[in-house]
Amino acid sequence: MRPLRILVAKPGLDGHDRGAKIIARALRDAGFEVIYTGLHQTPEMIAEAAVQEDVDAVGLSILSGAHLSLFPAVIEELRKKGGADIVVFGGGIIPADDIPKLKAAGVREVFTPGASMESIVRWVRENVRPRS
Amino acid sequence: MTKRSKADWLREVYSRSPEREARFSTVSDMEVEPLYTAEDLGPDFEERLGFPGEFPYTRGVYPSMYRGRLWTMRQFAGYGTPEDTNRRFRFLLEQGQTGLSTAFDMPTLMGYDPDHPRALGEVGREGVSVASLADMEALFDGIALDRVTTSMTVNSTAIVLLAMYLVVAERKGVPWDRLGGTIQNDMLKEFIAQKEWICPPEPSVRIVVDVIEFCAKHVPRWHPVSISGYHIREAGSTAVQELAFTIADGLAYVEATTKRGLHVDEFAPRLSFFFNLHNDFLEEIAKLRAARRLWARLVQERFGAKNPRSMMLRTHAQTAGCSLTAQQPLNNVVRVTVQALAGILGGVQSLHTNSMDETLALPSEQAALLALRTQQILAEESGVANIVDPLGGSYALEALTDRIEREARDYIARIDALGGMIRAVELGFPQKEIAEAAYRYQQQLERGEKVVVGVNKYRLPEEPPIEILRIDPEVEKIQVRRVRERKASRSPARVRQALAAVREAARSGENLMPSVLDAVRAECTVGEISDVFREAFGEYRDPAWI
Repeated sequence: MRPLRILVAKPGLDGHDRGAKIIARALRDAGFEVIYTGLHQTPEMIAEAAVQEDVDAVGLSILSGAHLSLFPAVIEELRKKGGADIVVFGGGIIPADDIPKLKAAGVREVFTPGASMESIVRWVRENVRPRS
Repeated sequence: MTKRSKADWLREVYSRSPEREARFSTVSDMEVEPLYTAEDLGPDFEERLGFPGEFPYTRGVYPSMYRGRLWTMRQFAGYGTPEDTNRRFRFLLEQGQTGLSTAFDMPTLMGYDPDHPRALGEVGREGVSVASLADMEALFDGIALDRVTTSMTVNSTAIVLLAMYLVVAERKGVPWDRLGGTIQNDMLKEFIAQKEWICPPEPSVRIVVDVIEFCAKHVPRWHPVSISGYHIREAGSTAVQELAFTIADGLAYVEATTKRGLHVDEFAPRLSFFFNLHNDFLEEIAKLRAARRLWARLVQERFGAKNPRSMMLRTHAQTAGCSLTAQQPLNNVVRVTVQALAGILGGVQSLHTNSMDETLALPSEQAALLALRTQQILAEESGVANIVDPLGGSYALEALTDRIEREARDYIARIDALGGMIRAVELGFPQKEIAEAAYRYQQQLERGEKVVVGVNKYRLPEEPPIEILRIDPEVEKIQVRRVRERKASRSPARVRQALAAVREAARSGENLMPSVLDAVRAECTVGEISDVFREAFGEYRDPAWI
């Protein structure tokens, strides 16, 4: 089986990329193929990269409070571009009340501050399958 | 009795005592010894220490320190509309805060108006939204600009926001030479850590120097740059990296400004600094003391400064947002107290204490008040402000101060070898060093080598929720409507003309500040002026190093 391909992305304007970079490295060290978009990405740019790179999952990291606008926008763009089956998960400064709303919009899992690299790697192993 | 050395004691007595860890190190992973003695201080100790208010300022920049005047309590605040933030400002001032500090939202920091597609979902969320002169007027409504000093945390658009502040003062009849305050305006730190930018490093530094030059001539009490290690630490650096990269950034600004033809003593007295206060109490105090000594020595060595004020490192500090936990948020009050105490014992001039709820949302009013009260209790109840540099002479602290200074100097030598900080940033050197340190720390946490109470030790199965601040989604609509109305009500010819003048100054290399001031007077927006910069200097893209 080929290794999973994961896009780690920073939607929006905030430059806090410590978490995104740590997770990208942890996923890479766990044996996945990881692509990092860099900062200040629009939902269109993220979906475009995900489809072009043929990834199995997209991990979004956001701290600015714009998650309720931007996470669903990424999922919508993925749908439009033929990536509806790409698993989307995310993390950042996200109040507990917002998590059900994000899941209803199609975000499969949300990790909040304090989540370990190990728990995220484990979740990816258990929940992401290579797209056919 | 024969004199026993530290090595003898370690061998004869201490080696028989079992220790609870195999290795003891600071939060930055600097290994520490069980004991420090006079032997660790070495020769010239008194000279390195000096007296407070005297070179090399290890013990503080002023002779009387907090006995003369307490530090400025400057809580960072900003959310929603300018009116929302103005209310929070007034509340904090009524409660005894002594300076203002403005948090702007991401679109303002990146130079996009609220009606720009890239601003979607971000308006007023991580700070206050300010796009027009009218927004700036609303933000400072009813606040006497000549009586309170204002800090504005803004970088790539600092020149525009400062111009707005100056025009607001002009309209209120307050002369510029009576305005006191700070704009962060530290672009090198943006490329290293915080990552809110418009243009590439070279033109960005040129704009910073334009502001330094303009303020030196026209706004004499203003601090045109706050050279900031805070975000470097938040991005995951060690204490030594924070110090080294900050001082190296400062040296780069001094060098660029002296190349413009100014003498170091004409502007260096108005440069200020901003450091992070993390959990490791002694390491943080030592870092601040080492920072003062290092800056004083380097400014003298490299630029031949004569004015003692050019060598004084005056600093604001903020407790470490990255040290706070979403788990058991009340514990954050304790962390903030310890960190603030380190700042005070380290001799800072201005302090922000974080609110306990910041890993969940922007601070609620109650949490912001508790954070301010924490400073007031330390200032007025603890007694630590009554003696100047009360820990000076502690063997452990002095040894750590020496060591941090030495290790930071080594880093600065590596940056010099790369060709200076602008080049080092273009090569990604500090960025990679920080990412490496952040990853190493995360691994130490997961192995349990570093403890975070409530996260990797002493967890609770379930946690009661706390009250958090929600930003009304209406804010975005209000700000979009407002900026569109302002744009519709102006003289289009005047706007065109003003923006053309900014473009011309950008091309010709003349100081940008006068034309940006005129653009603000013509009611050009933050986004419009930033678009001119994007056009003239090109946009900068994240190099995406991992």
